[in-house]
Amino acid sequence: MLTALALGLALLGLLAVVALVPAGRRAGLVVLAGSALLSAGFALLAAGALAFGLPEGVLVLPFGPAWGAMSLALDGLSAWFLLLLGLVGLSASLFALGGPGRGLVAWPLFLGGMGLALLAADGFTLLLGFELMSLASWALVALDHREAGNREAARLYLVFAALAGTCLVPAFGLLGALDFAAIRAAPPEGWRAVAVLALGLIGAGAKAGLVPLHLWLPLAHPAAPSPASALMSGVMTKVALYVLARLLLDLCGPVQPGWWGVPLLAAGAASALLGALRANLEEDAKVALACSTIENVGLVTMALGLALLFRGADLGPMAALAAGAALLHAMAHGLFKALLFLVAGAVQHAAGSRRLDRLGGLIHAMPRTALAALVGIGAAAALPPLSGFASEWLLLQALLGGWRLGEIGLQVVAAAALALAAMAVALAAAAMLRLFGLAFLGRPRSPRGAGAREANRFELAGMAVPAVLTLLIGLFPGLALALAAPGIRVLVGPAAMPPVVGLAIGAGEGHSAYAPLVVLLLLGLVLVTLWLVVRRRSPALAERGPAWNGGFIDPPPEFVFGDPLSQPSAAGMAQPLRRMLGGSLLAGREAVTMPPPGDTRPARLEAGFEDRAALALPTPAARLRDAIADQVERLRGLTLRGSLSLGFATLVGLLALLAWLEAR
Amino acid sequence: MGFGQLPYDVAHLLGGGMLLLSFMLLYQRRVGAVVSVLAAQGGLLALAAAWQGFVQGAPQLYLTALIAAVAKAVCIPLALRWTIRRLALARGVDTALGIGPSLMAGVALVALAIMVALPVTSAAQALAREDLAMALSIVLLGMLMMITRRNAILQVVGLMSLENGLVLAAVGVAGMPLVVELSTAALVMLLLVVAGIFVFQMRERLDSLDIALLHPHRGEHE
Repeated sequence: MLTALALGLALLGLLAVVALVPAGRRAGLVVLAGSALLSAGFALLAAGALAFGLPEGVLVLPFGPAWGAMSLALDGLSAWFLLLLGLVGLSASLFALGGPGRGLVAWPLFLGGMGLALLAADGFTLLLGFELMSLASWALVALDHREAGNREAARLYLVFAALAGTCLVPAFGLLGALDFAAIRAAPPEGWRAVAVLALGLIGAGAKAGLVPLHLWLPLAHPAAPSPASALMSGVMTKVALYVLARLLLDLCGPVQPGWWGVPLLAAGAASALLGALRANLEEDAKVALACSTIENVGLVTMALGLALLFRGADLGPMAALAAGAALLHAMAHGLFKALLFLVAGAVQHAAGSRRLDRLGGLIHAMPRTALAALVGIGAAAALPPLSGFASEWLLLQALLGGWRLGEIGLQVVAAAALALAAMAVALAAAAMLRLFGLAFLGRPRSPRGAGAREANRFELAGMAVPAVLTLLIGLFPGLALALAAPGIRVLVGPAAMPPVVGLAIGAGEGHSAYAPLVVLLLLGLVLVTLWLVVRRRSPALAERGPAWNGGFIDPPPEFVFGDPLSQPSAAGMAQPLRRMLGGSLLAGREAVTMPPPGDTRPARLEAGFEDRAALALPTPAARLRDAIADQVERLRGLTLRGSLSLGFATLVGLLALLAWLEAR
Repeated sequence: MGFGQLPYDVAHLLGGGMLLLSFMLLYQRRVGAVVSVLAAQGGLLALAAAWQGFVQGAPQLYLTALIAAVAKAVCIPLALRWTIRRLALARGVDTALGIGPSLMAGVALVALAIMVALPVTSAAQALAREDLAMALSIVLLGMLMMITRRNAILQVVGLMSLENGLVLAAVGVAGMPLVVELSTAALVMLLLVVAGIFVFQMRERLDSLDIALLHPHRGEHE
């Protein structure tokens, strides 16, 4: 099986070479269809391995760096994330088939890099795949580089990818060995372990988009073409979380103290809250979705931190619950966020804009897309019986069990995290409601939006795959968790049992359980009863009348599609939350310019917000860069002999270092 | 092979002689003498290569010895002498670091080379180890010469001496293919051509070989 997976990775590399052949439309067909097939193969193999037994041992490749061969392996954790990669890769490749094939070289490389990072069984291979993923996705972000905003986004993205690389390389270097089995046998201790924690959290957090290293995410995800943003948001951030879990929970092993979970919990809670709040305020559909990604990455990180805390306190079942929440939410979010980005792509394709103030009423023009969007939005808003509810329910149950942690400090931390998580989930629901309402309900806000057409076959197929899966995971979370059981064991120990009660999921030794089928039955019963009562009691048959104008007069005749101002705008819907929370959390601002009496200019209300991290981080970073650049500039001014001396001094210094190391 | 055996002793003697000549390069005060010392070093290198060819039973090393003897002991010194005479250069050596400090720095570099080379190569046989330490010393001394002399000709001499050290290291290791020596020899010829053109151009434009005069000509002011 490992050989088949390695072959799949090699074929993805081959597809990238095929994309270089200038064959026009056919090359796009071959590359994207090939990517879709290979992704489906990955998903099948991963699901089969999870269900029927994982392949034993390690596949040692016949090549590698000077100090050892590269090696691949598949365990529960990597198989779970590989399943996600396969599913999202399949749907995004299908969706991309419906559009003009662009970024064809980077596309299979992006998929292959993620697959390599997931399958790696040593640090070098993992970092190689991780960096390949970063570089290929950077090429996809920079694809539309003619727009200045996209260039800026790509530059920022590259800076953060480099930051992630420069932190992860020493983090893996400090582990003392490259081979994963060797690291597990002798995990790092003392200051080295703490350094691994800090570097790993910064490195993987920068790639996953944890606050305060999330600045690139709301810029880069919208800049990429929609299928690429679906992959980036759905899978790439999860690969970063996989690296985080692999590094901190698996490789560093159960010997680490429980407080390791606290930084993860704090960073996750901050990301969840800030991301959910920003998702409520953004006026671009894809930017809002990207902010919602920050929120969900934060939730998964919180669950991982909780798993560390519970594992440190020897609470096996609770740790399994938290780890199960992390894995299930990673899968659920990967699917529904990919679905939502694909929907955003279809909407942009059909209605010509991503700005919420130019959309509206698309449910009439694009009913199937709207249905898919509704599934994704419902899952993102954590509505039962969809997948988002199941995983977030598990997370909240794990947080509610925080009182079992012995120390009072940890109990308080868990309680605070619970409050923040609940707030983030509620804010996310509000954001999703606003997104769907503005884009799909009401009336069109622009002529281009009014002329929208339904998405094409491939795009619909690409959206159908994650939509169906979101429904299935929502209805049968127990089965999904049973598949994830090997992954949970990798995270919290070989004795862990997934929190499953039959087809339902349960927490706290069966004290509370969530059975989606029962919930669905009850919901259906209520709805049918309601419908019957309404039909029975209503005096006459339903009639379609003109829409109520909300108290406005009829629009003037030149506005064929109605007065756009008679509908709520994106900024208008964001205003209450911006005033309530934006002031402290997001440096919101609001200014009224009132012209003096007698002046005929209209009064203006200027409102907006700025991310505090965007205000705080780049300035010192830019100052540091300038200082370094000044020093380097001085090197350029050296004389000929100075340059020679510099090289000579470096050589002598390195030799002295070598002599010192030998003498030790 | 160890102390008291003929192959080891002779190789040691030749390598030590080259190292000694490197020190002589550092303390000579006249350009003509520096070139003579370089020629002597080239000759010793040829002998060392021939001896290694004899000891290892590797006939290709005789070719290396021949190249070294012809190019390094005869041709390059003659070319340098001709350049000096043709350009009527000053005969004195213009140093950036005084003779005494250069020699002290040289001794420190040799100590460093021995400290590095001996432990690293503990698995190899004694002959290769000592040879490697001396070759590294010669390389470092050549570099030191390049950065402590102001005259362009002397910098070229430093580069040649550095290359002598590299070839000494290459011939000391059994089984090194001839390709390496041939290519380094070709590289040195090329470097000589470049350096010659450089010196002539400098002479024509600036009327001096002091490289300090080059600084304003890099497209930017100091």
